[in-house]
Amino acid sequence: MMGALHLVARVGDRGLLFDAERVDSVVEVHSTVPAPGAAPAVVGLAAMRSRVATVIDVRELFGGVPMVRDGKGGRAIATLVDGHLYAIAVDALEDVATFTLAPAPIAQGTAGDWDFVTGVAEGDGETLMAVDIDRLVARASALG
Amino acid sequence: MDDLLQEFIAETRETLEAISGEIVGWEADPNDRSRLDAIFRFVHTIKGSCGFLDLPRLARLSHAAEDALAAVRAGERAPDQALVTVILAIIDRIGEIVEAIDAGEALSESGEAMLIAALDGAIAGDTAATPEPADTAAVAQAARVTPKRSVRLSVDLLDRMMSGVSDMVLARNQLARHLRMIDDPRLESMLERLSISVDELRDTVTRTRMQRVESLFSALPRLARDSAAALDKSVTLTIEGGDVELDREMIELLRDPLVHLVRNAVDHGIEDRAGRMRAGKPAAGQLRIVARQAGNLIIIEIADDGRGIDSERLLAKALRDHPERAAELAALDEDGRLKLIFEPGLSSRDEVTALSGRGVGMDVVKANVEQAGGRISVLSRPGQGLTIALEVPLTLAILNAVLVEAAGTRFAIPRQSVDEIVAVDGGAVRVDRVAAGAVVLLRGQRLPMVSLPTLLGRREATAVPGFLAIVSLREGRFALALDGVNDTQELVVKPAAPAVMCAGIYAGQMLPDDGAPILLLDCSAIAARAALAFERPDEAVAEAEAVEPVRALLFDDIDGVRRMIVSDAVDRIEGVAAGAVRALAGGLWLTIGDRSIPVWSGTGAVASEVRTVLRLQLDDQELAYPIADAIEIVPLPQDVAPAVDPHGVIAGLAVIDGEPIELVDPLALFADAPAAAERPVCLLHGAESGWMEAFLKPAIEQAGYRVVRRASPDMPVALALAMEDDADAPPVPALRLSRERGKPLYRFDRAALIAALKGYAA
Repeated sequence: MMGALHLVARVGDRGLLFDAERVDSVVEVHSTVPAPGAAPAVVGLAAMRSRVATVIDVRELFGGVPMVRDGKGGRAIATLVDGHLYAIAVDALEDVATFTLAPAPIAQGTAGDWDFVTGVAEGDGETLMAVDIDRLVARASALG
Repeated sequence: MDDLLQEFIAETRETLEAISGEIVGWEADPNDRSRLDAIFRFVHTIKGSCGFLDLPRLARLSHAAEDALAAVRAGERAPDQALVTVILAIIDRIGEIVEAIDAGEALSESGEAMLIAALDGAIAGDTAATPEPADTAAVAQAARVTPKRSVRLSVDLLDRMMSGVSDMVLARNQLARHLRMIDDPRLESMLERLSISVDELRDTVTRTRMQRVESLFSALPRLARDSAAALDKSVTLTIEGGDVELDREMIELLRDPLVHLVRNAVDHGIEDRAGRMRAGKPAAGQLRIVARQAGNLIIIEIADDGRGIDSERLLAKALRDHPERAAELAALDEDGRLKLIFEPGLSSRDEVTALSGRGVGMDVVKANVEQAGGRISVLSRPGQGLTIALEVPLTLAILNAVLVEAAGTRFAIPRQSVDEIVAVDGGAVRVDRVAAGAVVLLRGQRLPMVSLPTLLGRREATAVPGFLAIVSLREGRFALALDGVNDTQELVVKPAAPAVMCAGIYAGQMLPDDGAPILLLDCSAIAARAALAFERPDEAVAEAEAVEPVRALLFDDIDGVRRMIVSDAVDRIEGVAAGAVRALAGGLWLTIGDRSIPVWSGTGAVASEVRTVLRLQLDDQELAYPIADAIEIVPLPQDVAPAVDPHGVIAGLAVIDGEPIELVDPLALFADAPAAAERPVCLLHGAESGWMEAFLKPAIEQAGYRVVRRASPDMPVALALAMEDDADAPPVPALRLSRERGKPLYRFDRAALIAALKGYAA
């Protein structure tokens, strides 16, 4: 099986793999405007050139503590889902490399909750999780 | 080759649309040489392209049509009904085949040979027959305009152009801000030039989204003609204002509603020929479609001169389908009755026709128009015709927005839903906190207030908001409390992500020139949300209130005693106009709008002296408690000494500021109030009851009665109203009206009637 190009990003203490094909760009979010009442994962809105991106925080999906919402920005992965531009906030971007994924060895009982994880790959002394961006965004939107 | 084919498909599609009006026009006037030529050119072009592109089926069809038309051009053949119908069928078939080629689908060839044979047969068999005038004709009288030069562009490309220009505007603004700090006049004038051309470019690109409404109308002549032919009716269609421009997305949204409306007009509105003759109208029905621009609205009117809508029948049908709504339906005025046409499953016609079925889709039409941000209105002149007007904004995407500030964030409100903005410290408004909510008194009008900061989840409710936006919705007006107001801007609205929309109070997102995104508020959703919060505070709020002390409103009662009542029981404190409280049917009643609510009279209230009341509400029961003056809201002490009389309306005594104060029990008030909030019934009796309902109902209602024309046996009727000369006696005591001026109760003497009704009640 051929490997595919992936972005290695750190979200909380997890190393995640994003399919490079689905990543629009890697951006530095300067500031966010809050969206009161929106799903808890929504950090706010940010302008990316002439478009508005919805900045989302997926840490909670991986069992982490949500980010501090101080209106300041940070690193994010911009991606289009259903015609909407999202910026998935990440703590750090580590690498772009080709990985060959192995199926995720997830226990049956938790499979439904982790359906956004499509596979795993071996990283630098840790297991990296490859995520399906569409499902990740849908899951984050439904958190509440 | 593929490119050529695509080009051919696109071109044919475009010409097909343009040609359909020509064909109908030609049919109406077979001697119109220029239209015949246009149609001939169309089939000729198709034939030519088909040979080149190797499309034998299209070639066969277009060749046959060309031959027939050439014969007409040469004068060998008269363009009769049969010929026109076959030519139309062939052109339709060409359209279908082209679509099938584009979709890469197979289309069965059945019928094509028959079409060609019909054409040949017509030529062979009908040459001797005299041409009969085309009588089911829909004529497009739209002035034919010479087409401007144009190129085809993909919408995607246009969108990218639009977003590129937006980027440029943002960059320009950043640059301008930066340059202002440098303060170099030469740089500034250069920037000014750049700025002007950027703005012009933006305007131009915005206009690329616009399309002439003509493209929406071009299919209608054919549609009207076919619909009329199917029903054996005659219709003349007039189109005006095809050069009005409209956002292309809007045009797509209006296409289906317009088709529905034209079909409905031909099917339900316009009578058949015999019917029109009987009604003294010309045999051919007139259908007029007019588009015009009014400000940033486009108005499209579809007017026919048919039978109009029979609102009585509509009402009867609604009553038959929904007997449970009888009371509501009976209260409808003419306009309200007409609006029944927009309810699902209702039509003024009972029979189902081949064309549009029963009451086809007026509810769907309305939904579509509203989805486009528009409105629909109906004007019916029974027997003379029906006009339906669609009002839609010029563009879906650009909105004039008021930028406001709340909870430290900027938001936008659509300009058209804001009546005015009022600064609270200006003295023009008063904000009264009542129970859990607040009301605003603006120029004598009381409006419910919704605090945007609170709605957005800010905990501490500031005592007085900075600004109020008076928001006007179809359901009513309310005041939206804000922290600040910035300015108004024309902005492009984009849909927001589902995760943001789930807040339920946003309509979209915008990006102004300063580059900080703004959420557009959905005012009707906010109103709905707030109303819900008034009725059923959600659990989180209820919990918060449980730990707070219960509050009570301290007031001076009309008997001079200071009392208090739990403030949650008070809906609001309301000033009462002189004459609004009346003694009727043994109790006191307060008239508000067209309703009366009972007034508590246990403390010796006199109707004419009540100036202020506490409006109390319990489920759907209402009660007004007259007071002399409201003092303040105080925390209710934990210790309340129970009253001696367990059945009285005083629940007990509590000490406030060292003074014992009586606490009024709202539940006891309701228990003692006149049974239900029901007004005494006034029966309109006799042959003139219809006249009375039309003329006297408002006066009778103002006197505090409910008006009925027919009383069921178990309905308690307080009083009947009859004419002096009515023969049969009404079943209950009656006031009799005279037909002569100067008699004691002349039927047009409103003041005397109200006085008599009130006198009777007292």
